[in-house]
Amino acid sequence: MSAPLIHTWAAIGCVVVTATAGDILIAGAMQRLGDLDIIRERSGIWGAIRAVLSSSMLLCGIGCMAASFFSLLFALSWADVSLVAPATASLTFITNAFAAKFFLHENVDRRRWIAAIFICAGVLLLTR
Amino acid sequence: MKHTLSAQRWLILIIVMLTASAGDTLLGVGMKSAGPISLHHLGALIHALLNPMVIAGIVLLLGFMAANLTALSWADLTFVLPSTAFGYVVVALLARFWLHENISASRWAGIALIIAGVGFVANGPSRTEHKSEHLSTTGPV
Repeated sequence: MSAPLIHTWAAIGCVVVTATAGDILIAGAMQRLGDLDIIRERSGIWGAIRAVLSSSMLLCGIGCMAASFFSLLFALSWADVSLVAPATASLTFITNAFAAKFFLHENVDRRRWIAAIFICAGVLLLTR
Repeated sequence: MKHTLSAQRWLILIIVMLTASAGDTLLGVGMKSAGPISLHHLGALIHALLNPMVIAGIVLLLGFMAANLTALSWADLTFVLPSTAFGYVVVALLARFWLHENISASRWAGIALIIAGVGFVANGPSRTEHKSEHLSTTGPV
């Protein structure tokens, strides 16, 4: 493996790990916060924005997404978008399904596992 | 598990789908035109962030973030995520029918797999109902 390729895959790994952590933290924060439509009805759009921005879990999630975003920028500048975009997107589907089951206790039933695998394979095929 | 999505909520999921794919594409095009960036020359990264394509990509991804947060407040992460993948299908179909690009057999297979995967999730429940959530919504008896 040449050095730039190692860098590319290291950046892809960083994107996947930080994106998964970000997705889980953000989804967890929104789950705790509750339905935004109800919050908006009760305290208006600014109340909803304040409620979202006052969640420390969400801010940690946004931090992880920012780290993921910068890893993505580096990966995109080194490698083809046709490698980086599908690799990060498809791997993130699988890691997110595992993480959602174990950290968010979502009911990831057979239907959702099949969907995650189908979508992962589909994204890879789409960009060949 | 609950599965009651209004038309407005499906619209939010469509916004999630379109902004994610369009934002990623613009960001990719913008970063390619900016050239390679190394860790030792972070100034080049700042310069790349001023590229109009990158700025447009960032704006679309901010719209994606807002729609995604809204969707995650009433649906599971594993329900919302497939909608971002469906954006790839939209981009491929636009390339075929609008830009008249050729789509190989493996790409059509990929499109079919993503549509099937999204269909599996979309037909199922949107939210796992946790015990504590159930108690708080029903309130004291």
